[in-house]
Amino acid sequence: MSTAIVFGLCAAGAAGLGLYGLIADPHPLRKILAFNVLGTGVFLLFGVVARRGAVPGLGADPIPLALVITGMVVAFSATAVAIALLLQLFQATGAATLRADASADAGTDPADT
Amino acid sequence: MTTALMFDVGLAMLIVAVASWTTAAREAFAAVIGFVVYGLLLALVWVRLDAVDVALTEAAIGGGLTGTLLLGAAARLRASEVPASERPGAMLRFAAALLSAAVTAALTTAVLLLPDDTPTLAQPAADKAAATGLGNPVTNVLMAFRAMDTLLEKVVLLLALVGVWSLAVDHVWGGRPGPRYPVEPHGALAFLARLLPPVGIVVGIYILWVGADHPGGAFQGGTILAAMWVLVMMAGLSDAPPVGNRLLRLALLAGPAVFLIVGLGGLGLGEAFLAYPVAYAKPLILAIEFAMTLTIGATLGLLLAGPPKRRVGR
Repeated sequence: MSTAIVFGLCAAGAAGLGLYGLIADPHPLRKILAFNVLGTGVFLLFGVVARRGAVPGLGADPIPLALVITGMVVAFSATAVAIALLLQLFQATGAATLRADASADAGTDPADT
Repeated sequence: MTTALMFDVGLAMLIVAVASWTTAAREAFAAVIGFVVYGLLLALVWVRLDAVDVALTEAAIGGGLTGTLLLGAAARLRASEVPASERPGAMLRFAAALLSAAVTAALTTAVLLLPDDTPTLAQPAADKAAATGLGNPVTNVLMAFRAMDTLLEKVVLLLALVGVWSLAVDHVWGGRPGPRYPVEPHGALAFLARLLPPVGIVVGIYILWVGADHPGGAFQGGTILAAMWVLVMMAGLSDAPPVGNRLLRLALLAGPAVFLIVGLGGLGLGEAFLAYPVAYAKPLILAIEFAMTLTIGATLGLLLAGPPKRRVGR
């Protein structure tokens, strides 16, 4: 067992937990949160592969690390858009739900949804 | 088992425990707090994986900014508990658990079966480091070897901001984002918002500057600057600028614009798009990074502030 393997198993666990939350939790905010947990698990796998690609003088392969940094910033942007959409939905309908027939409360024609 | 490995195993178990708690917590607010703790613990993992650049990014963006964003949303959505009728049935939850377990098992197998002789680009990256004059290999990859990714990522940030802004209703377009936070002149928040920004701004610029040769860089520095700005806005000491403000728009465009100009210059004068002439590589990269830091700070701060809500008073 090495450091990389230990955190690789940790990443696998985090990805699984995130996936479960994404499917099983009905609240959209919790889905966004779970999606972020899933994402961190995937990023961590990149880190494990980078660590195993170390060469003398470099503690880790810098290419996957740079990809992860870019990925984190993109994940944050996507989360910000998702949260803004969710808050707008809450403001418009008074409920934060992904149920298809919920928009009937907002006065729109349910047949359109 | 060595002490370091024991620490790793303990940290990994703690992280899985916090992630489980975040998934299982009843209240969204508690779950978000769990997520912030989770992000900070992950930053420790990145340090253990010899990736201090990523650790800084994870602590600043993963834990800090995403945490702030989710906390704000959780506070506003408190009234919106999902009715029991919408909770998925036991069958669905069981199927989801089964699928997640399968994914975890597959990833575990993949991790355990990783080849001993890992393919790596570390050696070529180290060999070519002299071409840019930068000592930090990750900055080298971000700004030179794979500069296209970084350029496109700046564009994604701007697109995300356009997406958030486009949720504004017509009559407040060009107005100020978010609520006007009340100022409490003698409150703890106002005190912090006066005390921290001078230090934070210096630290942010230092992290940008030192990123050329040591862990750090434009993302991490820009995030710290954004955090300082958000702190001042939340304390009510300064209002968010109207999104129609020309100076603000200029700051948002500075990073991608300088990046594109340098890139096109490489196409016209040098060998290829984004090819830096070796003699000027470092000054060019530093110029891009400074412009990028400004853009990242402004964009992240505005993403947190949300869509325009208030018309600009005349």
